Amino acid sequence: MTKFLMCPPTYYEVSYEINPWMDRDHPVDIELAKEQWNRLYETLKSLPNTEIELMEPEKGLPDLVFTANAGVVHSRLFIPSVFKHPERQGESAYFTKWFEDRGYQIKRLRDGYLCEGAGDVLKAKDTWFGGYFYRSAPQALTEVSELIGSEVLPIRLVDDRFYHLDTCLCPVGDTAMYYPRAFDEYSLAVLRNRFPDAIGVTEEEARDFSCNAVVVDKYVVMNNTSKRLCAELASRGYECIEIPLSEFLKAGGSARCLTLRIEE
Amino acid sequence: MPSEVVELKGHIIDSLSLPRVLDSILAQGGQFEFEEFTVGKTRSDHSLARIRVEAATREQLENVLAYIEQEGANRVDQQDAVLVSAPKEGVFPEHFYCTTNLPTSIRVNGKWIQVEPIEMDCGIVVENGRASAVAMNHVLPGQQVVVGHEGIYVEPASRREAHGTFEFMNSAVSSEKPKALMVAEAARLIRETKKLGKKVLLVGGPAIVHAGAGEAVAGMIRDGWIDVLFAGNALALHDIESALYGTALGVSIEKGKLAPHGHEHHLRAVNEIRRIGSIAEAVRQGVLTKGIMRECVLKGVPYVLAGSIRDDGPLPDVISDTLEAQDAMRAQLPGLGLALMVATTLHSIATGNILPASVHVLCVDINSAVVTKLSDRGTHQAVGVVTDAALFMQEVAGKLREEQV
Repeated sequence: MTKFLMCPPTYYEVSYEINPWMDRDHPVDIELAKEQWNRLYETLKSLPNTEIELMEPEKGLPDLVFTANAGVVHSRLFIPSVFKHPERQGESAYFTKWFEDRGYQIKRLRDGYLCEGAGDVLKAKDTWFGGYFYRSAPQALTEVSELIGSEVLPIRLVDDRFYHLDTCLCPVGDTAMYYPRAFDEYSLAVLRNRFPDAIGVTEEEARDFSCNAVVVDKYVVMNNTSKRLCAELASRGYECIEIPLSEFLKAGGSARCLTLRIEE
Repeated sequence: MPSEVVELKGHIIDSLSLPRVLDSILAQGGQFEFEEFTVGKTRSDHSLARIRVEAATREQLENVLAYIEQEGANRVDQQDAVLVSAPKEGVFPEHFYCTTNLPTSIRVNGKWIQVEPIEMDCGIVVENGRASAVAMNHVLPGQQVVVGHEGIYVEPASRREAHGTFEFMNSAVSSEKPKALMVAEAARLIRETKKLGKKVLLVGGPAIVHAGAGEAVAGMIRDGWIDVLFAGNALALHDIESALYGTALGVSIEKGKLAPHGHEHHLRAVNEIRRIGSIAEAVRQGVLTKGIMRECVLKGVPYVLAGSIRDDGPLPDVISDTLEAQDAMRAQLPGLGLALMVATTLHSIATGNILPASVHVLCVDINSAVVTKLSDRGTHQAVGVVTDAALFMQEVAGKLREEQV
């Protein structure tokens, strides 16, 4: 059973600018956003062995909709995020309470280093990877690795448009798709070594947030992408399910940002 | 060079975090050295690297540290040096830190300060935000002295700036080395030191004179190659005796034979200078017309003549209080780049004791034990040439003159 946590976009908007995608002059069409989110929700729910848990939206916390940034979930352990921007720091209490209420063990990062949850810390194949530089600190990744008792390989991000690891690296079965220019040469060497048959994503596909996809079984749920990428995925036995998520791209997020995997 | 220790922890090998940090340090003009490296045994184990990062200036170091902190390398919290008041004059507090002659920094109120000047076998006194190596006999009651080993960083000898000179001489002292090459190297080192605007010190024993190199050395002083002279009563007196009588300890320098009543020359010479009052005065009065000491006086080259228990006379210029002599020698150290220690064990070791490791030391003696003794007493930078000191100095002087033309 695959279970995701999502939060409806009731109060979603672009009311501040904390990444290169956000622009208050390009406001969100909230009705369209709700429609897009619902489609994502319904699609995921319809996938085999998939369940969605919902949390209550909160006025004044527009980015609560991006549940991937709540924290790192590992089995019944929840490590709340330490958000970089004050605009998002208020989210932590809500996310933490949700996990607390459901009996998760809560472990906080001790040293105050930044870590934006599953946005930066994700498992691919059998290894955890941790993106750092824009939103998370490598020191926090070391702490996360201690708390979850697993190896976490720090990955250095170098393109501020792809400020979270889940915007440029997506685990797909035993391999991954990624946008190579989002990483420095050392991290790219690590990824090449770990995923020798990875799917490279073009800049345009990356800008469409193709790496910010939700992979369940043999389905890859993502914002509209290129025929090339879908064909490439198809050749590996995966089916692309494209859902327009334009309104969420305005805030620098897409399908994966809108979901937090809480159970496999 | 200013330095700090950083710690990089986690899965730093497989993620290439470690090479990234090391490369960044170099790319930013810093240097590094591992203090500790523990590799995790299993996949989930963390590895730990403690790395000392150095840079030419504090500002550059801060830039390097700020950069690598973003890559996960944190500064290791270090402690200040512990300071304790000296209990009485000439006595350090218990457990005082004993210095080496290597560049040393101590941490006071969170900031690293260089110990300046540095001298081996001293204590470190901190006053008005400055740290200096102070000899035991100079410490005053109540002065703040570093105790223990916290907050002290001694730059390892191997990390000192490579001078490029004497590289071939770096092996252990031996007589089995090509002398002509060493003469050329010695001349080159003197020349380079002068070119850098630094001073050349000659620490000489009387053998220079009685083995016949007095004139050559006087020539080097005249030509401006020597800036300071440390010696004892013997060198000065042999030199003066040879100027006045053509003998050293009564033996004719030219003929190599004992002159009639030659043994008296030595004492007559010292008596004469004592009568006149000083070496400089003897030069002024035209009594002393040649030799090493005369050239020093004419050239204004400061000399420190340190006395010993077996001195004849001694000459009025000799400082017979050893502590006073040490201080007079210390006063000549600033700006020193090279010390030539020629045919004297006692003065070479005494000088080695007060020299910072940054001063190059070339020790020339027929007896290899002198260089060994110097090194054993902590002057590790000493390079030894085992050969007849007088011949060596004559050749060096010749080489310098030849290149001058």
